[in-house]
Amino acid sequence: MTTQSQPALALRGLRKSFDRPAVDGLDLTVRAGEFYALLGPNGAGKTTTLRMVAGLLAPDTGSIAICGIDALADPAAAKRVTAWLSDEPMTYDKLTPSEYLAFVAGLWGVPLMTAQQRARELLGWLGLTPHANERCEGFSRGMRQKVGLAGALIHDPKLIVLDEPLTGLDAGSARIVKDVLRRRVAGGGTVVMTTHILEVAERMADRIGVIAHGRLVAEGTLDELRARTGDAASTLEDTFLALVGEPTA
Amino acid sequence: MTPGSWLWLARHEFRLGWCDVVHMLTAGRRKRLRTAVIVLAAVVVAMHLIARGMIGRYAALLGAVDKATLVAATGALLLWASLLLSQAMESVTRVFYARSDLDLLLTSPVSPRRLFSVRIIQIAASVTAMAVLLSSPFINMLAYEGGARWLMAYGAVAALGMAATAVAVALTALLFRALGAKRTRLIAQIVAAVIGAGFVIGLQVAAILSYGSLSRFAPLQSAWLVAHAPPLTSTIYWPARAALGDAGALLAVIAAAVALLAATVAAFAGRFGGYALAAAGVSQAAVRQSGRAMCRGGSAQAMLRRKEWVLLRRDPWLMSQTLMQILYLLPPALLLWRDFSADVDGFVVIVPVLVMAAGQLGGGLAWLSISGEDAPDLVATAPLGARQVLRAKVEAVMGAVALVFAPFVAASALASLYAAAVAALGIAVSAGAATMVQLSFRTQAKRNQFRRRQTSSRLATFAEAFSSIAWAAAAGMAVAKTPVAVLPAMVAVAILLGVRALRPAARVTPAPQAATLVPAV
Repeated sequence: MTTQSQPALALRGLRKSFDRPAVDGLDLTVRAGEFYALLGPNGAGKTTTLRMVAGLLAPDTGSIAICGIDALADPAAAKRVTAWLSDEPMTYDKLTPSEYLAFVAGLWGVPLMTAQQRARELLGWLGLTPHANERCEGFSRGMRQKVGLAGALIHDPKLIVLDEPLTGLDAGSARIVKDVLRRRVAGGGTVVMTTHILEVAERMADRIGVIAHGRLVAEGTLDELRARTGDAASTLEDTFLALVGEPTA
Repeated sequence: MTPGSWLWLARHEFRLGWCDVVHMLTAGRRKRLRTAVIVLAAVVVAMHLIARGMIGRYAALLGAVDKATLVAATGALLLWASLLLSQAMESVTRVFYARSDLDLLLTSPVSPRRLFSVRIIQIAASVTAMAVLLSSPFINMLAYEGGARWLMAYGAVAALGMAATAVAVALTALLFRALGAKRTRLIAQIVAAVIGAGFVIGLQVAAILSYGSLSRFAPLQSAWLVAHAPPLTSTIYWPARAALGDAGALLAVIAAAVALLAATVAAFAGRFGGYALAAAGVSQAAVRQSGRAMCRGGSAQAMLRRKEWVLLRRDPWLMSQTLMQILYLLPPALLLWRDFSADVDGFVVIVPVLVMAAGQLGGGLAWLSISGEDAPDLVATAPLGARQVLRAKVEAVMGAVALVFAPFVAASALASLYAAAVAALGIAVSAGAATMVQLSFRTQAKRNQFRRRQTSSRLATFAEAFSSIAWAAAAGMAVAKTPVAVLPAMVAVAILLGVRALRPAARVTPAPQAATLVPAV
């Protein structure tokens, strides 16, 4: 159904308005096996874009293709290969991580034995094995976010869409999450992530897209973005601020 | 007014209280205030008419001092006091556990004793205001029929409100000392609910066992009780005497209530700061689950159903809140057991109660399942159609309702197959209708906001209640084999059609967050 040559994500002419346009004719392509960071100031349309990709919002116009699947025509097929994780951990207080992963695997139709095997691996990677049978109600935000990430990966998605996944995480938890995401990309998965932590984008992303007022204003590797601003030695922060038209220090 | 002073804090509390009242009336939309006031006025007028029909005939009792009247009046006031005590306990518990601004205030240099003194008095004021408001139609109609001296009953009701708050504060503080901060939250809320329902249900149980009637006032009017009650000179009758227009008794009762409240504030306000800190420090100790409730595999819909049932089973507070309505089934269950071999007449009373309770339970569970989904994005991003998700959730609700009501229907079937069939159908339809109402007015909320569900949509609350009442009436009439049963059934269907027409999705474009919950069917 999908091939490696197909982009993992292709957005064409995507528009969504609430009181004002939030996403305004966005065209974006993310290649398979790529770590793509989407940056932009508050209200730029990053979250709205990703929520449309995840099937949480319907666009007004435009198209979304995930691994070659038209996500608007066949949302179930698109969701089957996609995972979504926001800054708000999506867990249930009264379920344990093991039960949560079993539930998520059930929603995505992962066979029981496969799900149990993957759950063990993921809980191990994320350092959650000692807490596998404890209810999430006593977990810190970081632990909940790790449970959420395990849930996002349990069905072995081709495309992982993350909206500020590192918000509120301590350095240790953030490191673990980043390591797991790197491992996914190294294994052929695709990650699209928004973040306000520019250092994360700088170190992890293969390509960076900068969005402002609902439009993609720049895209490329860090070096390509620096070249656009005409200052090859600038930090990503300076480059970002220059691209979105904010005054730099 | 000096910032941080007693009066300054009191003004802050009352301002917050007023905002809560306005929010409750308008569901957060101030433009609705005028409509809310008009609806409220209509309800007040209707309540006065109903009150006149219910107790207008008692207006001649003003000043009565015979023992039978005083016993009955004391019992009625106790009924009222149990409800106020329940409400006050809820409010006191909320002060500690719903932190809101508590962290801010406790980190300020304001004395915790002063802060909690004001909070206790604010609770007393709100409980008293509620008591006065709810009893006003009855007191006003008694005064209209029997003379202005009945208005003194307002004083008795206000005294009850203050006394109930004082007892609630003392009781909650005792629970804190006896059980610790961690267990008090759940136990206090269950105790509050049981106090609220227990006295009413206890009287009904006594009435059924003694008189074969569901009337809770039957035992209060019994010759046996009157004969064994304390003599007329007993101070236990002072609240009743006050309500019946005895000025001396009224002054004594108000003075006693004020003194009790003042003593409670003096005794406990200082300790409440410590309790609040203890409540904040309640650690979420790890709860290990030996069972692997979710690890049995199955279809996505089966997992959704199982998840709903596991979450409900593991949350004792939520379960107690949801199943508290089942407490009200005890009296009809008892009547069912007592009149086991009776003819169909008993079922005319029992079946509507079952159907009504099923509607209420179904509505509560549907809210939890549909609006109280704690991970809406997770479910919405799963490769399932919206219909499949909704169907699984509705099945979870109906399954739980079936589990609760099956024993009642089975017991009914032993006495009357026809009544049991009507009850089963009524329960299914009533719970299904309540679920449909919740579906139409679904919002995005957290499960722990369950208690606020009734204030989030007034229309949904009324529609759910009236639908349950209409189906209960239809079931009762169907048991009596009256063709008129079609009429309340038609009313119920009309309510549901109205709900469909007025549901938010039919009127407005959903906000970005709301649209994500469960895609509209």
